[in-house]
Amino acid sequence: MHDAIATTPAWVALAYLVAGVLFILALRGLSSPETSQQGNRYGMIGMGIAVATTLYTHNVGLPLIVGAVAIGGGIGWYIARAIKMTAMPELVAGFHSLVGMAAVLVGVAAYLNPAAFGILDAATGDIATASRVELGLGVAIGAITFSGSVIAFLKLSGRMSGAPIQLPGRHVINLAILAAILILIGYFVTDSATWVFATIVVLSFAIGFLLIIPIGGADMPVVISMLNSYSGWAAAAMGFTLQNTAMIVTGALVGSSGAILSYIMCQAMNRSFISVIAGGFGGGDAAAGAKGAAVERPWKRGSAEDAAFIMKNAESVIIVPGYGMAVSQAQHALREMGDLLKKDGVSVKYAIHPVAGRMPGHMNVLLAEANVPYDEVFELEDINGEFAQADVAFVIGANDVTNPAAKTDKTSPIYGMPVLDVERAKTVLFVKRSMGGVGYAGVDNDVFYMDNTMMLLADAKKMVETINKSLG
Amino acid sequence: MDHLIPQLSIFVLACFVGYYVVWSVTPALHTPLMAVTNAISSVIVVGALIAASAAAGGSETSKWLGLLAVVLASVNIFGGFAVTQRMLGMYKKKDRAAVKGK
Repeated sequence: MHDAIATTPAWVALAYLVAGVLFILALRGLSSPETSQQGNRYGMIGMGIAVATTLYTHNVGLPLIVGAVAIGGGIGWYIARAIKMTAMPELVAGFHSLVGMAAVLVGVAAYLNPAAFGILDAATGDIATASRVELGLGVAIGAITFSGSVIAFLKLSGRMSGAPIQLPGRHVINLAILAAILILIGYFVTDSATWVFATIVVLSFAIGFLLIIPIGGADMPVVISMLNSYSGWAAAAMGFTLQNTAMIVTGALVGSSGAILSYIMCQAMNRSFISVIAGGFGGGDAAAGAKGAAVERPWKRGSAEDAAFIMKNAESVIIVPGYGMAVSQAQHALREMGDLLKKDGVSVKYAIHPVAGRMPGHMNVLLAEANVPYDEVFELEDINGEFAQADVAFVIGANDVTNPAAKTDKTSPIYGMPVLDVERAKTVLFVKRSMGGVGYAGVDNDVFYMDNTMMLLADAKKMVETINKSLG
Repeated sequence: MDHLIPQLSIFVLACFVGYYVVWSVTPALHTPLMAVTNAISSVIVVGALIAASAAAGGSETSKWLGLLAVVLASVNIFGGFAVTQRMLGMYKKKDRAAVKGK
């Protein structure tokens, strides 16, 4: 048992490799909705193989393990069934925190019982040098993932204010802690004392917390993708410790996936990764500045009846949903509106900005949940050219992603961000709760004041339901 | 150290595989992508099982920590795959959606 890894039979290593390949196929399946469910099944089979192989090769107390899996699996299964699609971002953040914590627990267990993990150096009788680095990195990344995800979860679920909380001198503090963690991991190689290991864990918990606290709600799509990436790197580091191919491959996959998603989200906001991590965007100063600059400008208010009339007589309507639609749960009413319009021979399409919502792809899931066919839903670059020919752009719960200032105003905080060209449509119908509020970026939107814009001020869901009454 | 280089090779190559596979994922499925990557990163359960099984000659604490990690990872495995399956089941094409929508 003690040198289990050294004497691992070839078939075990192969089984873990097969699991790793199945995980690759799971991601590969997501290239299209048609193949995605098969892909997900590959993922489950891969996990089954990895677990079964470990159980078979290790002398486990089966009742205890079965009990643990039953408890965890039951909770997970229940959450997955019960969760609302609008709550998906906080669910994913919560799940990330569990991976992080599991990595920390496994790391501590390996530190306490290195023989069982096969990481003892035969010559010294202590943990092998390479394993110390891997173990240190593994618990550090795991702990950061855990505390960071907990904060992201609290912010996303509204249990904590989404506004950035900025401590004075936080950049210095954060950099100092990060440096301390790296130095301690280096020192851990020469001295495997408990205090070194414990300090790495504690400091890493602290830095995860401090890193996410100052990041505002609008940047959450980046944060959640970044934590996704970290949970992968944590698994990979543990995989190195255990010399387990399945864990290394999975960690690399998940790590790159999260990194790519963070990159896509940053691009979609025209923000650098560093500026997101440094935090502080949204609310606070930016909003105050914009309010001061906002002069009273004339705008037109429309009623649900007006909106219904305009859309009924249109040939094409492009619907632009945003986070506000998710908040008011308007997706089902919206799909009904689309159906009613289609019955009248109006062409209906949906335009999704990559950062509409609180996580990558959030709007697509909500529309899919409301039975909107996915081939009516288009990404920004695929549909942006069509606004000029569209009769109506129906903006619901989105704001910053439609702001033309991003194209024209170099002083705007969102300058350079790719936006949906809604102002090119013949008529813009803009559903918004009130004229007072500005978007997350805290910038005023010129679209509100255009001649061809009609503001529909109401709760998104109520507005769409009233429009449906007029249409039906 | 002799294990490190082969492992590193696997890791680096897997990063490249991940890079190309993830770029081929359609943006409409980015939320299920996050859910499923979360589920598969729970492969860390392998480490948890080893810790939980290592009662013989090892520390009791280590075993209980392992068991706790098994519970947490199981939440993720079952929850992650189930919620991904649930989401993917919602994506429908035009004709099918019209039937279901009634």
